[in-house]
Amino acid sequence: MTVDERPIRYPSAADPWPDFRALLRSKPVVRAEMPDGSIGWLVSGYNEVRQVLVDPRFSRARAVAPGRALQGTEVFAAGSINGLDPPEHTRIRRLVASAFTARRVEAMRPRVASVVDELIDGLLDQPQPADLVAGFALPLPVQVICEMLGIPAGDMEQFHAWSDTIIGDWQQDSDAIMTALAGLYGYFGRLIEVKRARPADDLMTALISARDQTDRLSEEELTILGCTLLIGGHETTANQIGLSLLLLLDHPAELDKLRADPGLTPAAVEELLRYVRLGGGLPPARMTTEEVVLGGVTIPAGEVVLPLFGTANRDPSVFSDPDRFDVSRVPASHLTFGAGVHHCLGAQLARLELQEAFRGLLGRVPGIRLAVPAAELQFKPGMALYSLRELPIRWGEP
Amino acid sequence: VTRWVVTVDKNTCIGSAVCVGTAPGRFELDDRQRSGPVTAEIDPDEAVRDAAASCPMEAISLVDAGTGEPVDLD
Repeated sequence: MTVDERPIRYPSAADPWPDFRALLRSKPVVRAEMPDGSIGWLVSGYNEVRQVLVDPRFSRARAVAPGRALQGTEVFAAGSINGLDPPEHTRIRRLVASAFTARRVEAMRPRVASVVDELIDGLLDQPQPADLVAGFALPLPVQVICEMLGIPAGDMEQFHAWSDTIIGDWQQDSDAIMTALAGLYGYFGRLIEVKRARPADDLMTALISARDQTDRLSEEELTILGCTLLIGGHETTANQIGLSLLLLLDHPAELDKLRADPGLTPAAVEELLRYVRLGGGLPPARMTTEEVVLGGVTIPAGEVVLPLFGTANRDPSVFSDPDRFDVSRVPASHLTFGAGVHHCLGAQLARLELQEAFRGLLGRVPGIRLAVPAAELQFKPGMALYSLRELPIRWGEP
Repeated sequence: VTRWVVTVDKNTCIGSAVCVGTAPGRFELDDRQRSGPVTAEIDPDEAVRDAAASCPMEAISLVDAGTGEPVDLD
């Protein structure tokens, strides 16, 4: 085993979201001291991160087992598709995989485009400055996932507040996370009863029928799966829209290039996904089930391994000039959606929403710009995602 | 005895590697991160059926080697 002279601290209150690009070049697999004082392994090289995600010797279930509180979200991940290993993971994911295939998602494009248009109409009717988070970035994915599941988007304020707490990072109060989880599970349990009484052509009805008619999942699994789809279906995309706009506004030449050629949108969305740092301090951990040699480094059995997706997305051996943001870059396989069995279930839907969002924002909101200096923007504390409180924008002639 | 023929459409595959994790030892990625079967013709294997049903791109096809009919993924 490689013993480094002293493990690096990661993350710490002084530097909660450190930049690991230097590590990528010197030590793509390295021991680190976690906030709770335990020792884990940071993995930053592209190929090494991919191996952690794909190789079954890196278990997700063991990393979120009860008793570990490395990261706030474990308690939610344990028992959900985010925190299971095959074959339990396969059984649950199969129930929803077909609803999120590229083909099924593409069929939703006209509806997503019309939600984008309605929200932009509403935004343009508002006095300036307007908040892009409340007026667009959040309601777009909420509306889409709620329609897909067949649940009322009007409940957004309620479930989004729980969701923000549940997506807590290692600094978030664990009692607050438990309270929010109880609130969300209770809410979803009531929704399921309503759906049982009034079935419809939607995903929750299909899952309830998989529960009631063919017993393919338990009542608890049904509730957790519904909550996972609701949270996973809106938090990441909502924050990615805001952060992506910020990045584009900070690179006006790239923004102009994209506006002049909307055909670049799919490639630009891949570059935004690669480049934007959405995840915060601690990525979803894995635990070794046996001794594994990774990138030439021997990791003993039973150790925590953290795949640094965002850093791997800047690996120069895969992405030429990786720190340059280029909307016309030939897309390579970034790791933002992960890989292996936990590859983001909603990846195709997120891509579609981002494509339609930027077609709408750049095509219909001329002169879109920040209404406050970027340095004044605030992020919500204690979240495992970079989440803007507000994104005040102006448009039209300056 | 039934055998299955496994193929992956490399033009459709996005390298998510869901199949590699779902059916260990049955699929592998090439140097372009595109999947393919380790062995093209296999005995029926539920994990391979799961992998085909879980592919986000529906890029995996399973065909009955005897009849040439698609294997039911449900």
